[in-house]
Amino acid sequence: MCLAVPGRIVDLEGTRATVELGGNTLRVDVSLIEDPAVGDWVVVHAGFALEKVDEEAARETLAAVRRLLEVGSGE
Amino acid sequence: MSRAGDFRDPALVKALVAAVRRDVEALGRPVTLMEVCGTHTVAVSRSGLRGLLHGFVDLRSGPGCPVCVTSETDLDRMVALALAPGTVVVTFGDMVRVPGTVGTLEEARAAGADVRVVYSAEGAVRAAAEEPERLFVFLGVGFETTQPGVALALREADRLGLENFCILSAHKTLPQALRALIEPAAGGDARGGDAPGGGRADRPRLDGFILPGHVSAVIGRRAYDFMADEYGLPGAVAGFEPVDILVAVRELVRSVRAGRARVLNLYSRVVREEGNPRARAIVDRFFEPCPAEWRGLGTIPASGLKLRPEWERFDASVRLRAALEDGLARARARAQRTGHERLRRACRCGDVLRGELLPPECPLFGRSCTPVRPVGPCMVSTEGSCAAYYRYEGRGDRV
Repeated sequence: MCLAVPGRIVDLEGTRATVELGGNTLRVDVSLIEDPAVGDWVVVHAGFALEKVDEEAARETLAAVRRLLEVGSGE
Repeated sequence: MSRAGDFRDPALVKALVAAVRRDVEALGRPVTLMEVCGTHTVAVSRSGLRGLLHGFVDLRSGPGCPVCVTSETDLDRMVALALAPGTVVVTFGDMVRVPGTVGTLEEARAAGADVRVVYSAEGAVRAAAEEPERLFVFLGVGFETTQPGVALALREADRLGLENFCILSAHKTLPQALRALIEPAAGGDARGGDAPGGGRADRPRLDGFILPGHVSAVIGRRAYDFMADEYGLPGAVAGFEPVDILVAVRELVRSVRAGRARVLNLYSRVVREEGNPRARAIVDRFFEPCPAEWRGLGTIPASGLKLRPEWERFDASVRLRAALEDGLARARARAQRTGHERLRRACRCGDVLRGELLPPECPLFGRSCTPVRPVGPCMVSTEGSCAAYYRYEGRGDRV
């Protein structure tokens, strides 16, 4: 039930956003997010955005794990 | 970059499993970890991580599925509300098939009750606004992740001045349940039978907790510091991709090896130290802590949420008190006559929820209890550990 999915804000009117989620778009309440903006990634759960996704932190996490294990990016 | 692909990289998964194995070998004994989130349960089963770690890390599922931990009393109350004249009960999908002592919401619907499924609590408010002559009762079930959405719906109902909308709050909060699992005085003892002061002999010794990413997005990493500070148990807040979970497993195993208890945030792309203050504030505006009954764990102080007295007009347990009491009495009388009672007593969901029993160890698993004909909630909910084992880990295999 706590399943939440990352999606990208593609449109914003006040606290209502349109979020693109795996090819679909959803109307989402973003009133619990600080300074939402078009282009932001947010974690969506049951009709509202729970939190922003910090892309920089995502990159850092992966880089740290790869460094630690000496596994290349595979790209 | 934040998309899931890189967090599923097979080369990283392989390297992480190898690293975990090396650390466990150096430690000299297998490590038992518990996750407490239905989404982790499903991710671990579906990705095959449990199998990859078999023999050196025992991954147990705890009370992380909100549908599964809902008490039979609360389920009976929900059915009673559905059967009360003039009500419409609105809920998330997983709830409708979970049996209480007398049956399910689905069966109530077959008997004429109006039970509807929504994707969001706000959907229930919209439905209530469209049919002002009926009383809509939203079933508030879920952990910290779900609660802000219900609070947003209450704010909207208040803004619209809706008089025909209320909720039955069966919300649960996770840190108190973790404490009850860990704390011997509260009936649990994560350190197992060999710990001083007892604990049940069949209880696995837990070495640490994989903590839920989305609950933590709301309450923050700090909410779990108590487990390290007071009980010396490490924890790791983790995301939901295989790499996320394995990084958590690796860090926990390293903590065990080093004899070091800390609560780490390994899902920093979403979780902050203090969580989401706006989400916490709106939940606080409408709700206050109360004791709650958990299936498998019993009643735990301050582990539930009820509406604050000033929001009584949204409280189904106040507005529909008579219907609830009547319905419960009738439910109890009927329960004593039904054959389902016998099967239900054999159901071991409570032991599964404490991590004491693996789903295939239940005598009903895969026989009289399957996702098509579930006996207990852990087989009903898609996030239940029995359903996850049945779908992804071989239905009839005995362990």
